[in-house]
Amino acid sequence: MYRTDDDEIYALNGVDLSVEAGTTLGLVGETGAGKTTTALSVMRLLPDKVGIVKKGEIFLEGRSLMRLTEADMRLLRGNDVSMIFQDPMTSLNPIHTVGDQIAEVLKLHYPDLGGDAIEAKVDEMMGMVGIPAERKGEYPHQFSGGMKQRIVIAIALACNPKLLLADEPTTALDVTIQAQVLKMMDELKRKFGTSMILITHDLGVVAQICDRVAIMYAGEIIELGTVEDIFEGRRHHPYTIGLFGSIPDMTKKTRRLSPIEGLMPDPASPPSGCGFVERCPRRMEICFGVSPDAAVRGTHSVRCHLFAHPERGATTR
Amino acid sequence: MSAPLIRTKNLKKYFPVAGGLLHAVDDVDISIGKGETLGMVGESGCGKSTLGRLLLRLVEPTSGEILFKGENILGYGQGKMKELRKEMQIIFQDPFASLNPRMTVSEIIAEPIKVTGAITNREELLERVFELMETVGLAERFVNTYPHELDGGRRQRIGVARALALNPEFIVCDEPVSALDVSIQAQILNLMMDLQDEMGLTYLFITHDMSVVKHISDDIAVMYLGRCVERAPADELFEHPSHPYTKALLDAIPVPSLKNRKKLDVIRGEVTSPIDPRPGCRFAPRCPMATPECLLFPPELMEIGVDHFVSCVLFR
Amino acid sequence: MTTGSGTAAGGRVAAAKKIRRYKKKSQMRTIWLRLKKNRLAMLGLVLFAAMTILVLSADLFMDYEEDAVAQNLSMRFRPPSGEHLLGTDQFGRDVLARVIYGGRISLFVGMATICVSLTAGAVIGASAAYYGGRVDNILMRIMDVFLAVPNILMAITLVAALGTSLFNLVLAMGVSQIPRMSRIVRSSVLGIIGQEYIEAARACGTSDARIIFRHILPNAMGPILVQATQTVARSVITIASLSFIGLGISEPTPEWGSMLSEAKGQLRYRPYLAVAPGVAIVMAVMSLTLLGDGLRDAMDPRLKN
Repeated sequence: MYRTDDDEIYALNGVDLSVEAGTTLGLVGETGAGKTTTALSVMRLLPDKVGIVKKGEIFLEGRSLMRLTEADMRLLRGNDVSMIFQDPMTSLNPIHTVGDQIAEVLKLHYPDLGGDAIEAKVDEMMGMVGIPAERKGEYPHQFSGGMKQRIVIAIALACNPKLLLADEPTTALDVTIQAQVLKMMDELKRKFGTSMILITHDLGVVAQICDRVAIMYAGEIIELGTVEDIFEGRRHHPYTIGLFGSIPDMTKKTRRLSPIEGLMPDPASPPSGCGFVERCPRRMEICFGVSPDAAVRGTHSVRCHLFAHPERGATTR
Repeated sequence: MSAPLIRTKNLKKYFPVAGGLLHAVDDVDISIGKGETLGMVGESGCGKSTLGRLLLRLVEPTSGEILFKGENILGYGQGKMKELRKEMQIIFQDPFASLNPRMTVSEIIAEPIKVTGAITNREELLERVFELMETVGLAERFVNTYPHELDGGRRQRIGVARALALNPEFIVCDEPVSALDVSIQAQILNLMMDLQDEMGLTYLFITHDMSVVKHISDDIAVMYLGRCVERAPADELFEHPSHPYTKALLDAIPVPSLKNRKKLDVIRGEVTSPIDPRPGCRFAPRCPMATPECLLFPPELMEIGVDHFVSCVLFR
Repeated sequence: MTTGSGTAAGGRVAAAKKIRRYKKKSQMRTIWLRLKKNRLAMLGLVLFAAMTILVLSADLFMDYEEDAVAQNLSMRFRPPSGEHLLGTDQFGRDVLARVIYGGRISLFVGMATICVSLTAGAVIGASAAYYGGRVDNILMRIMDVFLAVPNILMAITLVAALGTSLFNLVLAMGVSQIPRMSRIVRSSVLGIIGQEYIEAARACGTSDARIIFRHILPNAMGPILVQATQTVARSVITIASLSFIGLGISEPTPEWGSMLSEAKGQLRYRPYLAVAPGVAIVMAVMSLTLLGDGLRDAMDPRLKN
C-alpha cells in the first residue's frame, strides 16, 4: 500500500509467488498492475514513509525476509538478491567510473578481499557482459544505453546472487540491442544458476526466456503457470485472452485488433469482487461481489469464476 | 500509382555539434500516396523523428526539397505556411509532454482552430470541439478536465483530436502508441485506422515496433543512421526482407509464441556514430555480409521487385 | 460539418449549454486545497495576512502624527506599560505605533520592488530563453555582471547617486533584484520550451507572442511566484539595512531599520527598543519564506512525494 498526501493506494492485494532455483519467472502486466511494487517489496525497497507492507510474508530459501532488520537486509541486497531497474540511463551514478561501481558492490559484500582480487573480479565481470576491461576507467555517459544496461547487469551479478529481479530491463533499449542483452542474460543465468523474476509487459520476451509466467492485474496474480500453459494451454483468464488479442500478430493479416475495453480500476478504491469485472466480456453475476479463488489444474492456475465453478455454465475455451 | 501527396527529394538535415557535423537525415527520398500509410521504422539515431518534423518544417532542412501536392513547400513564406499548416499536422509520442498542463481538454483541441481563425463564433467552436471529441471517443464529461486528470490513452486521444481539428490531409504520427499500454495501444490503433478509412487521411507512421508497423502500414521504409535502406509494401517486406539490416531487425523481435522460438541471432556491435560518417554503407561495420566494396559504395535505392527498393551492394 | 441552418443554430446553443454543465475544476482551487494542508505554510500565510491587515488598518485605532511622529520629551524612555505597550523611545514616541507604521513602509517598498524586478526580470529572462543564442548570451552576461555586485552595495550606490527619495529607493532595490529574477524566469521558460506542447503549438502556426503568453508563462508561474515571495522578503531586509546605515528612509518617518539603528545605543538598559523592530523584521521575512515554500510545494506536489 502506498500512502500519499492525497490518497491511499492499494497496489498489491494478495500476491502469492514462488520461484524455483535456477528458473525464470516472468511477471507480466500493464502499468499499475503492481509488478514493480512486488519487486520492491521483495527487496524491501519501498519508499520510506509512503510505501507500507500491510500484510504478508516473503521467504528466501526458507528464510523470512519480513523479519530481518534493515542492517541484515542490506547484507542481503546485492549479495543474495539483486535488482536491475528499468531505466539504464539513470541507474548508474554519473560521477563514478563504471569499474568503481562494480567494485563497490564487491567491496561491500567481500570486505576481506584485497584490492587486486577485486580488480580481477571486475575485469572478469566486464568480460562476461561483453565490455572490454580496458574501459573500466570510463564514466557512464561515455557508454550507450545497451552497454549501460550490461554494466548494470554486471553489478547485479557480481556477487553471484541467488535471485535476480529484473524490472523491464530491456524496455528502453532498441530491439536489436534488446536481443543482445536478453541473450546475454540467458547465458549468464545458465552459467551461474541464478533464479530470476523478469518483469515485463512484452509477451514476446516472456516466450523467449521464461520458464514460468505470472500475469498480474490490479494488484493480484490472475493467472499462473508454466510457459507452455500460458502460450499453448486452453483455459485462460479473460484478461490474458484480451492481452493476446491486443498484440498485432506478425504472421497474420488482421484488419482490426481486439483490445480490451476500458481501463484498469483505480488502485485508490479497490473493488469488491473480481478486479476485472468492469471490462470482462464474460462476466457473471457472482463476479461483482465475490473475489474469485484460484482454480488450479496441475501447474496452471487461473483466478476466475469461470473455472472455479464449472457448474455455473462455463466450459473450457 | 497516383501522384504522391507528399514527396521528398534528396532531403538532408545536418546538425553542427561538438565533434563535427551530425548527419541526422542524409539524402532521403520518400513518397506517400493520398490515403496511404507509410510506416517508418528504425532504431535510435536513424533519423525518423527528425524526418517527420522536417516534413512539417518544425525543423528547417539543410538541403533538398519537400513537395506537397507537387509544390516545393520550402519556398513558402509565412503566409503560405500558415495555410499549409491546415493541411499537415502531427501527433506526438508522449501523451504527458505534448499537452499544455494548464489548458483544459476543450481549450487544447480548440487552440489550432483559434490560432488559424478557421472558426470565430464561440458557439460554433464549441460545437466543433464536441464533434471532435466524439470522433476520437472522448466522453463529453471530460470537456473541462485537465490532462493530468486523465490516463495515457485518453490523453493521446486528445492529441489525435487536436491533430484533426483543422481537417488536415496529411498527419505525421511520431510513435503515437509507444508510450501506451498494450491494450490501450490497440484501441488507439483501431481508432486511427478507422479515421483513415472515414476521412481519407494520409499517414506517415513512425515507430520502432515492427508488429505495429506491419498492422497499420501500406508501405514500410526502413531507416538506418539517416538513410533509407529498404522500402517495400508491408507484406512484401516481412516475407522477403532483403537488406541485411532489415533481416536482422526482424530476427531480433521476440515473438509471443513458443513455436517460433528463435535462436535470437544477434547482430554484433553498436550503432556507429552519425557524426561525420565515413562514405559508403553505414551498416557495413556490423553487417555479417560486408565486403570491402561496401565502404566505397555510395548507396542508392535499387528496385528489386514491384515497388521494392533496397540500398545494398548485394543487389547490384 | 454543419447540417441545415436551423439545426446548426440549435446545435450551437446545445453545445454552449453542454460546456456549462461540466464545470471547470479551477486549478487555483486545487492549489489552495493543497496549500491548506501544509501547516507551516498556513502559519506563514496567516501571519503575513495579519501583519498586512494590522498595518493597513492602523489609522482606525491610532493616529500617525500623534503617536508615531510627535515628539514628547517628557515621556522619554518609558518602559512598557499599559498605555505604551512597548514603551517609548528617546523622543517619547510610542514604540508599538512606530513599529506598526514602519510596517507600512516595508510593505509598500516590498510590493513596489516586486513590480519593478518582476516586469523587467520576466521580459529579460523570457527573451533570453525564447530567442536563445546570441541574445541569450548577451543578456545573461549583463545579468552576471550585476549579480557579481552584492545587493546592498548596489542599492547603496544607486541611492547615493540618485538621492534618498522613496522612489529612488524602490528603483534601487528593484534593479538590484532584477538579475536573480531574470535567471529564474529564464530557467523556468527553458524547461518549458523543450516540452512537446510548444512544438504542437508551432505546428499549427501559433505566433511567438501567443506561445509566450498562452503557453509558456502560465506554466512558468510556479517558480516565479516563489521567487517573488523571496524578493519581498529580501527587500524588507534591504530597506531595513539601508535605513540602519542612514541611507534609507529619513526621519521622522518610522522604519524598522532606522529604529534598530537608534536603539543600538540602548541595548544594555532598554533592549526592548531593539527587540520590537527586530522581531517585526523576523516575523515578516519568516512568514513570507514559509508561504513561499508552501506555494512551491502546492504548485508542484510531485516534488514532495
